[in-house]
Amino acid sequence: MGKTVIPFGPQHPVLPEPLHLKLVMQDERIVEAIPAIGYVHRGLEKLTEIKDFTQNVHVVERICGICSFMHAMSYCKCIENIMNIQIPDRAKYLRVIWAEIHRMHSHLLWLGLLADAFGFESLFMQVWRNREKVMDIMEETAGSRIFLSANTIGGTRKDLTKEMLVKIQVILDEIESDLKQIESVFLNDYTVKHRLVGVGVLTKEDAYKLGATGAMAKASGLKTDMRTTGYEAYGELDFEPIVHTDGDSYARTVVRIKEVYQSIDLVRQCIAKLPEGEISVPVKGNPKGEAVVRVEQPRGEVLYYVRANGTKNIERLRVRTPTFANIPALLHMLPGSQLADVPILILTIDPCISCTER
Amino acid sequence: MFNMITNIFRNLASKPATRVYPLQKREPFSRTRGRIDIDMSNCIFCGLCSRKCPSDAIVINKAEKTWEIDPFKCIICGECEIVCPKKCISMNGQYNTPAYSKSTSKHIQQTKVIQSEIKKDDCKAQETA
Repeated sequence: MGKTVIPFGPQHPVLPEPLHLKLVMQDERIVEAIPAIGYVHRGLEKLTEIKDFTQNVHVVERICGICSFMHAMSYCKCIENIMNIQIPDRAKYLRVIWAEIHRMHSHLLWLGLLADAFGFESLFMQVWRNREKVMDIMEETAGSRIFLSANTIGGTRKDLTKEMLVKIQVILDEIESDLKQIESVFLNDYTVKHRLVGVGVLTKEDAYKLGATGAMAKASGLKTDMRTTGYEAYGELDFEPIVHTDGDSYARTVVRIKEVYQSIDLVRQCIAKLPEGEISVPVKGNPKGEAVVRVEQPRGEVLYYVRANGTKNIERLRVRTPTFANIPALLHMLPGSQLADVPILILTIDPCISCTER
Repeated sequence: MFNMITNIFRNLASKPATRVYPLQKREPFSRTRGRIDIDMSNCIFCGLCSRKCPSDAIVINKAEKTWEIDPFKCIICGECEIVCPKKCISMNGQYNTPAYSKSTSKHIQQTKVIQSEIKKDDCKAQETA
C-alpha cells in the first residue's frame, strides 16, 4: 500500500504551541514522524548578551510562560555560583515555595489540556477551575499570575507575610480535596483509561537511551529528579521522586497527578520550616567565570550554562530545556501508533515549544 | 463510570466559578503589578529607572524635565519602583486599558501631562493619571 504524508500542526486544536510534525502514514498507522520546530524562535539567548546581567532575570523569565519562575531561578543560581554568593536561608525556602506552586499550576494546566485532548470538556474545566486558585496564590504573593518576577540575583525580591502563609495553606487544602475528586476520573474512568492505557509505551531502556527527562522518564521507571540533588532548600525537605513502571500515557498521568500532591506536601513542609531573616543579599561587582546549573522543571530537567567575562554583560547563555530532550522519545513512540492517538502522544510529553526554541 | 456524578451535583448547588466581568470587577490584590504611576513633583531625574528597565521603556530628559514611559514596551517587572531613590514611582494594581494605537505617556514636572502619539492615528489611546 502507498504511503501518505499528513502534516500535523503547527496550528492544531490540541496544540497550545506551534509544533509541526510530518506524519508518514500507511493506512491509519504511522510509519515515520518528521519534526519541524522553529515557529516561535525569538532569539532570547542572544538578547541576554546585550542586556545587563541583572536585567537578564526578566529576559530568561520570558523564555517560557509556564515554568517562568524556574527559568529565573536557574539563571540566578548560575550567576550566584559564578560570584560565590550565599543566598539567605529564607530566600532558599521562598524559592522552593514559589517553584512548587509553579509546578502545581503547570501540572494542573497539563491535566486540563489532556482532558481537552481526549474530548472530555467538563473535566478540562474542573481542572482549570482548580488551577485558578493556584494562579490567585501567585498573584497575591508575587504580584502577577505567571511572570512572578520574584527572583533576583542574591535572593528574592518579595517576602511572604504570615497572613499569606496561612492563606496559602487554606487554599492548598481546598485544592487537595478538589483534586481528590477529579483524580478518580482520570485514574478510574472507563473512557479515559481507554484512551490512555497502553498508548505510547516507552520502555525503561528506551527512555534511558533517548535521554528522556521529567515525567516521561519517571513514568518509564527511571528515578531521575534533579530536586534530589538538593539545590536551594530541597536538601532539607523530605520527598521521594515519583516513579511508575508502565511507561504509557496513563503512567505519565499518574506521575503528574502524584507530583501535584507532592508539591502541595513540599509547600507545606517549607511553610513549616520557613526560617526568619533576610530575603536577599546585596550583589557587588560583575560576574567572571562560568557555571552550569541543573534544575527540575515541571517538564523535567533544565540545564543552564552561563559564561561571563567580568563586564556587566554575560558572554554566553545556553539553555537546554526538557521538551528538547523529550522530542526524541516522542519520535520513538509515534511510529506504529494510530493517527487518532497522536494528540495524546504529543501532549503526554507536555511540549513547551517556546522553551525549546527560545 | 460514575466518578463525575458527585462533582456534577456539587456544581449544580454551588455558585459559578466565573465573574460577570465588566459588570463585576475583582479588587486587585495589594501586590498586583498593574501599571506604573509616577509622582512628578518628587522626581529628581537621576535616570536610575531608565537604566534599570529591562525593556528600555522609560526615557528621561533632564534638561526638559520630562519622564516618558512607553506602556506598550513596559513589562511591569517593578524594577524602577524598587530602584527609585525618591520613591516617586509607584505600582498601581489596575491594569492599563486596551488602546487602538500605540502611544507613550510623557510627564513633565509641574504635573502637566502631554499625550504624544507615536502613530499619526487620530485615535486617542492612553489614559494617564
